[in-house]
Amino acid sequence: MMLGYALVLPSLLVFGTFIFYPFVKNFWLALYRTPPFPNLPRSWVGLSQYRSVLTSQLFTNSFRVTVEFVVLTVPLGIALGLALAVLAHQRLRGISVFRTIFSSTVVTSVAVASLISLTLLNPQIGLLNYWLGRTGSLSPLDDPKWALVAVAGVTIWQNLGLSFIIMSAGLQAVPDDLLEAARVDGAGTWSRFRNVTLPMLSPTLFFATIVGSILAFHSFGQIDLLTQGGPADHTNVLVYAIYKTVFQENNDGKAAVLAIALFAITLVLTMVQLRLLERRVSYER
Amino acid sequence: MARVAFDHVTKRFGDVVAVDDLTLEIADKEFLVLLGPSGCGKSTALRMIAGLDDPTEGTISIGDEIVNDVEPRDRDVAMVFQTYALYPHMTVRRNVEFPLKSRNVPHEERTRLVEDAAETLGLTDLLDRKPAQLSGGQRQRVALARAIVRRPQAFLMDEPLSNLDAKLRVQTRADLIELQAQLQTTVVYVTHDQVEAMTMGNRIAIIAKGALQQVGPPQDVYERPANLFVAGFIGTPPMNIIGAKVVQEADGLAVSVPGARVPLPAELAHAVAARNLEKVAVGVRPEHLLLAPDGFVPATVTVVESLGHERNIACRLDDGTLVITRQDMDDPRPTVGETLRLTTEPEFLHVFDADTGERVDAP
Amino acid sequence: MSDEPTRLIAALAPGFAHFLVIVAALLAGSVVLAIVGWRARPAIAHRARKINRYVLLGVLAVIVLFPIYITVVNSLLPADKIAARPPTLVPTHLLLSGYSQAWTQGHVSSYLYNSFVVTFFIVAGQLVTSICAAYAFAFLSFPLKRTIFVVFLATMMVPFEVVFFTNLETVVSMGHLPLIGHFLGLDTYGALVVPFLATGFGAFLVRQAFLSLPRDLRDAAELDGYGHLRFMWRVAVPLARPTIAALALFSFFDAWNQYLWPLVVTDHYRTVQVGLRQLSRVSVDQINVTFAGTVLAALPLLILLLVFQKQLVRGLTAGAVKG
Repeated sequence: MMLGYALVLPSLLVFGTFIFYPFVKNFWLALYRTPPFPNLPRSWVGLSQYRSVLTSQLFTNSFRVTVEFVVLTVPLGIALGLALAVLAHQRLRGISVFRTIFSSTVVTSVAVASLISLTLLNPQIGLLNYWLGRTGSLSPLDDPKWALVAVAGVTIWQNLGLSFIIMSAGLQAVPDDLLEAARVDGAGTWSRFRNVTLPMLSPTLFFATIVGSILAFHSFGQIDLLTQGGPADHTNVLVYAIYKTVFQENNDGKAAVLAIALFAITLVLTMVQLRLLERRVSYER
Repeated sequence: MARVAFDHVTKRFGDVVAVDDLTLEIADKEFLVLLGPSGCGKSTALRMIAGLDDPTEGTISIGDEIVNDVEPRDRDVAMVFQTYALYPHMTVRRNVEFPLKSRNVPHEERTRLVEDAAETLGLTDLLDRKPAQLSGGQRQRVALARAIVRRPQAFLMDEPLSNLDAKLRVQTRADLIELQAQLQTTVVYVTHDQVEAMTMGNRIAIIAKGALQQVGPPQDVYERPANLFVAGFIGTPPMNIIGAKVVQEADGLAVSVPGARVPLPAELAHAVAARNLEKVAVGVRPEHLLLAPDGFVPATVTVVESLGHERNIACRLDDGTLVITRQDMDDPRPTVGETLRLTTEPEFLHVFDADTGERVDAP
Repeated sequence: MSDEPTRLIAALAPGFAHFLVIVAALLAGSVVLAIVGWRARPAIAHRARKINRYVLLGVLAVIVLFPIYITVVNSLLPADKIAARPPTLVPTHLLLSGYSQAWTQGHVSSYLYNSFVVTFFIVAGQLVTSICAAYAFAFLSFPLKRTIFVVFLATMMVPFEVVFFTNLETVVSMGHLPLIGHFLGLDTYGALVVPFLATGFGAFLVRQAFLSLPRDLRDAAELDGYGHLRFMWRVAVPLARPTIAALALFSFFDAWNQYLWPLVVTDHYRTVQVGLRQLSRVSVDQINVTFAGTVLAALPLLILLLVFQKQLVRGLTAGAVKG
């Protein structure tokens, strides 16, 4: 019995120190206003800091930007992954080469993908401007209208490999005899996709959407590398806002409120996922 | 006219020959059973009728048309899969409706046809359930309903009873025969179960290793198997096959089996002589192998199985060959180790060429 | 009036014109093939449709690979060639100095070394703690076991981005404590490793694997005199190897790709992801070094993927398909 405790103890120590303690501390930090200079004491403000931060321009802007980012990257990323998976699901000679190519971006990290995107997006040497005939002018990353779209594009490309792999696995799980029955029943290619493949794929699609959204809400690396939250806070996603609040403003009270908001959003999304999974019909054969 | 025909059809998957030069014609309104062991190519042949696989060589016709290049949806056949292949996310109603919807049948007609099919198969109360909520037998009936709702030219059935338990299987067999009589449609039925084949088919086509072994009414196939494979495949317990040599006797040819020489009837002897055969395989069905005190073949009893209404007795001939014979319960029960004498009537002898396995027939 | 189109095309930048021409050619080719596939005799139509499918796949493959391709090409070109217009898509002379510069002056060698060290210890630590905890959950019973398991699961709900700044403070202050700080190496690699030594997900995954082992194995082992630790090491772990391998791959990927934490916690022990941040800030005349560094940074994962392709796909998809 003691062995049981001994075996879980190391994990619990790590969790306690680096997950639960800081999590709880956020709530405490949020109750105090952090002074502009580190040596001054904190002042108790109670719940008003929650209110002021959550209604502030910083938060509303970050929240909106992050939601836009999620909406830009998740549906498109899944749809493209699915499209590639369907195309690579055919029985053609040499199809495995294409499958390898389509999953290749899975080796790119956020940093690697961001730097790769500089070949297209860099103001001086990027190819995108050249193709669009805008040599010499601003890169999309510096354009308030396009910056978030550009970063979203990089993110979609980076996630394409993983999306492809997950969708391919989902497609494999669609039973062959169902599709054959549909063929004999008279359904054409599109009808088979809509009436058989998509419904059988829906658990995978739900999973990918929810997990993808949760991960997208936590995006940081590509923002830090490509736009640093700009131009004019047009790419200032929530995690980057927290980062700036901690390191540029040294305001951990404010950061704590933002962090709690981030957690709350994650929690809501996770709850939605669990609820959807419960209600999902299990497709027993 | 819904005849289905294979004309020298061969199907290869890489180096493997799944169907070998199959020529077979299935008449309109016929119930034809494709019978054979697992992996013999019968399912592949069925799938080629449906258009799910394409022949490597040869042509397939439905009605008067060659359909090699016709898409499954345009062939006007319906298929019942071994796994039923019901759409799990659709209700029974929508499952049965699907083939009609795919062909843009208008709503009222669709509803009427679906309800007719449901009534025929006793599914009216289950129309709004999903497949996961149904029992195996009910799911099978939904698969059937989906097939009949379109009134196709032909039904293709791929081992539809194999996933049912024994009792349900017997009941459903009878239901299927009744259904076909009612619908008067061509049925091509694949199975590995010879009882199903014998009880259900107008004709049975036996297939082994992709090649057609014999085709004919069940009784024909039973009484005159065309080769050793068919002889051994049809009938439970299987026909006894005994290796024998052809010997010349004073009054004609005989076959030398362990422990005796059995004279051949004149016509059979002619046929054997005409083919210059030296080695043959002699076949006798267990029910035709009788115990008689004056029987000419001695055999030692090894196992006695009592089945309630009859006995199966396994015995060994002098050279160790195992044969099985049947006995009524009224007859005295033999003991293990006892030596019996077996006999049969000449008309129940089947002679096969020992090398080719082909039946030797009186002309 | 027929002057207008030509003047327009001339007015477009050469880059755009090239782009248009290629796209137009592909579309035309595809349409032609589609028409052939629709109208012609079956055998030819079949062929045409097949070729069209390859064309589509090919185009998509080029689009997906293009950024990587250009990065590799640019890493091998001198900076002036990179900036030149029209751009060099197929290099004639390869310049390898970008790589050597990235390796030495760009510090990529030490970045890679740091990444390997940190990742190694994180993976090792996660495997050990997960296996131990999973074993306790699967084979032992003790009061509050279920509560503790829920606690483990709860850790999956708290994203690291929510707690990183407090953890920074913790690590810094713990680093100052004489014994613990030094023992955990919090002033060196420890800071990067210690917060990630345990994972609720890992414990969950391995517990599943352990639970799927037949019950009798433990009973038989007990009769043979195996204590728990011996059973864990000799029986449970080897039998759960596929899952543990999948976990190891997951952890490796996760640890290797970390960005936020290595960025904030240390300047001296940069991992390769954070190192790329430094590399991205070079001036444009050194940009080939940046791209060379990027290629070097991606290599380890690429090699890993090629070697462990099958296991990775299986591990990733087990979660997705089951939901």
